Amino acid sequence: MSQHVVPKRVYFLVFASLIALTLLTTGVAFIDLGRINTVVALAIAVCKMLLVILFFMHVRYSSGLTKIVIVAAFFWLAILIALSLSDYLTRGWTPAPATWESSSSMLLHNPPSGETDLEVA
Amino acid sequence: MSHSQVQGETSPRVHYLNTSYGIKSWLLTTDHKRIALLYLASITLMFFVGGFFAVLIRLHLIEPQGALLEPETYNKMFTMHGIIMIFFFLIPSIPAVLGNFLVPLMIGARDLAFPRINLLSWYIYVVGSVFTLVAIVTGGVDTGWTFYAPYSSVYSSTHVIVTALGVFITGFSSILTGLNFVVTIHKMRAPGMTWFRLPLFVWAMYATSMIQILGTPVLAITIVLLGLERLLHVGIFTPALGGDPLLFQHMFWFYSHPAVYIMILPGMGVESELVTCFSKKRIFGYGFVAFSSVAIAVLSFLVWGHHMFVSGQSVYAGLIFSVLSFLVAIPSAIKVFNWTATMYKGSISYQAPMLYAMGFIGLFTMGGLTGLFLASLATDVHLNSTYFIVAHFHYIMVGSAVMAYLGGIHFWWPKMTGRLYPDGWARFAALIIFVGFNLTFFPQFLLGYLGMPRRYAFYPPEFQVLNVMSSAGASILAVGYAIPLVYLIWSMRYGPIADSNPWGAKGLEWETPSPPPTENFEVTPVVTEEAYNYPTQEVAVV
Amino acid sequence: MSERTLALAHQFEDLGQQHEAGSLGMWVFLVTEIMFFGGLFAAYTIYRALYLQAFEVGSHHLDVRFGALNTAVLITSSLTMALAVHAAQTGNRRQLITCLILTMLLGALFIAIKLIFEWGYDYREHLVPGINFVFEGKVTPHVELFFLFYFFMTGMHALHMLIGLGIMTYLVLQARRGRFTPEYYSPVEVSGLYWHFVDIVWIFLFPLLYLIGGRY
Repeated sequence: MSQHVVPKRVYFLVFASLIALTLLTTGVAFIDLGRINTVVALAIAVCKMLLVILFFMHVRYSSGLTKIVIVAAFFWLAILIALSLSDYLTRGWTPAPATWESSSSMLLHNPPSGETDLEVA
Repeated sequence: MSHSQVQGETSPRVHYLNTSYGIKSWLLTTDHKRIALLYLASITLMFFVGGFFAVLIRLHLIEPQGALLEPETYNKMFTMHGIIMIFFFLIPSIPAVLGNFLVPLMIGARDLAFPRINLLSWYIYVVGSVFTLVAIVTGGVDTGWTFYAPYSSVYSSTHVIVTALGVFITGFSSILTGLNFVVTIHKMRAPGMTWFRLPLFVWAMYATSMIQILGTPVLAITIVLLGLERLLHVGIFTPALGGDPLLFQHMFWFYSHPAVYIMILPGMGVESELVTCFSKKRIFGYGFVAFSSVAIAVLSFLVWGHHMFVSGQSVYAGLIFSVLSFLVAIPSAIKVFNWTATMYKGSISYQAPMLYAMGFIGLFTMGGLTGLFLASLATDVHLNSTYFIVAHFHYIMVGSAVMAYLGGIHFWWPKMTGRLYPDGWARFAALIIFVGFNLTFFPQFLLGYLGMPRRYAFYPPEFQVLNVMSSAGASILAVGYAIPLVYLIWSMRYGPIADSNPWGAKGLEWETPSPPPTENFEVTPVVTEEAYNYPTQEVAVV
Repeated sequence: MSERTLALAHQFEDLGQQHEAGSLGMWVFLVTEIMFFGGLFAAYTIYRALYLQAFEVGSHHLDVRFGALNTAVLITSSLTMALAVHAAQTGNRRQLITCLILTMLLGALFIAIKLIFEWGYDYREHLVPGINFVFEGKVTPHVELFFLFYFFMTGMHALHMLIGLGIMTYLVLQARRGRFTPEYYSPVEVSGLYWHFVDIVWIFLFPLLYLIGGRY
């Protein structure tokens, strides 16, 4: 999109950062941080993605239209994930009739251990 | 409406139709106008194939126990009818025919941004159609056009994979068309053609393209997962193997709800063009109509769960989707208001395109309002899976979208072919279609409310009268659709020659000859006036 | 000069418009790819939320070393691709071809590592759903679900890489014929965008598939 020529130095810097972040995310996975592990892993992935988008893909030097297009894509993906999860995460909120298993536990029920992490109300 | 010979010519003028002859010049064309006609031929064929299944359905339902078909066969009929009409007729129709033809002309460009991708798009459509037609003739599919798992992936013994593959392939045709339009509209407008001088048809095409780009890929991946499950016997959507059938429905409807807006937005774009021209008046509230198109495109992605209110989806998610569904009705209502206000104190003429346009307003209002019944959680529990739904979506897809398509075909026919069609016959056909349509589908609202389920091969005897009425209407509707086929084809050879602007309409497409030259404009136009710059009523209209 | 006029397609006014249209076109296409892979990621996210333990069990069967190595390989290939675009922009034909070929080699290396050391191993360990999946343990159906997503997501990714290799072959052939100049290098740039996108998909696949549940 841009006719702007990015100096090679920038590319090598970005490359080094990407490799460093890869080592970081791999290393952190070996440390027990509980649920934070997932957050950290995703946050690092997002950083790497931003580096690739902004510099390798020249978006830092691109028009507003390009930026809007990219934001739109992720926004729409977020819609898909968020509204779908709104179903799965709230299924257990509805109390079931006394003689039934709730719909969520029917889905998740696994004899005999029931190893899902999803909370059943 | 004038029709005069092009003046001062001793030899025939060269235009896009006669610039080259022979089948290769058509099958290898990159001219958006020729590609539009290629699409016109293919989707017309598919329309009559889909219509054939509709005829069988309505014939079968004349009797409560079914008059014609085995139940298993009946299931295949409504499935094939839905798949063909939705994926192979409605979704491509206006964008691929009228959009392809008109978007470059309306913005003052020589062609779309990617002409070869445009041709590829048509070939992809043809390949997808062939797959699906092969599936039909070798036994068909009985899952409903919605392909719900696990029936489609585990229990059905019909040609699910081949059909799904046909739909998958055709999806890329839709994506590429949308991509082409978005880039073209952003980058290739003529000097002076600012966003807010664009014809509203172009805004509608842009909004439609947004949906095609953002939604269709999710359908694609859903179909692939379905195929994987069927082929490998793994449990993506099958509860017995650990999957969730509702996940299929979420992913399927994430596309398929916006898809219905792919089907209606272009019709709304046509409607805006027809209403202004045949009222000889500027559109009321241009900005509102333009933004409403985009608002519909955005909001359409937030409501898919209203197809799943009774599926086992969480009630809380259902609440969210219900509220959002009421919201999405608002921009549509704004448009209806604006079209009506445009007609108010306009100088109305009643040629066939305007008859279709007026029919659109009424039928779309009915279809849209009945959608609200369905968006409301409580009433949907009663009405879901009944003929009320069938009537609702046919009022939009047939009563509105198909009528807009026909209105548009008639309106731009002189531009595309350089010929005038016989308006007397056209008006007659429009009336027949209107009468036939209402007789077919209004009884279905009643049937649905009374509780007749959809997709059943038989029904309780007390519903027979309404069913017979509906089938009678369908026969009238079929006649109505056949008539334009005859006179439009006739007019291509024997119709009076049209000049560049037989309707006296505003728009760049009317400022170039009929049919246009291959490069559309002799000189790139420079735009200096607003859209629909009809003289106001105080000034005498010549 | 003649190369420049040859490069301009008839529907465009000038090369600048053509370049912008080409770039926007590729970005719009990448939007469709984001939604395509995104659908898969959405399904994966949902099942991971429901069956976290089974997914952790499955994930532990993957070899982090090869995953991390492949990540590094792909990142390097993105670097060489960016350098290729740079070479095209500055008219350096030899560097352009060299960097394209390097990118292709790294891409091929990625696929080789995956085929031989990962998928080959999984096949021998009977971890391929639909083909030879056998797993002892009480969480079997959902572990199979994990492996289904693993193979399908990495397989779809690999397919996109193969397509990318094909595109780059075409670019190398065109570059050797001197097709690209500082005025006209749009095909190189948009192919670069595609390749970086494929890299980004892997940037997310690696932690989601290999690192969930931790390795502690």
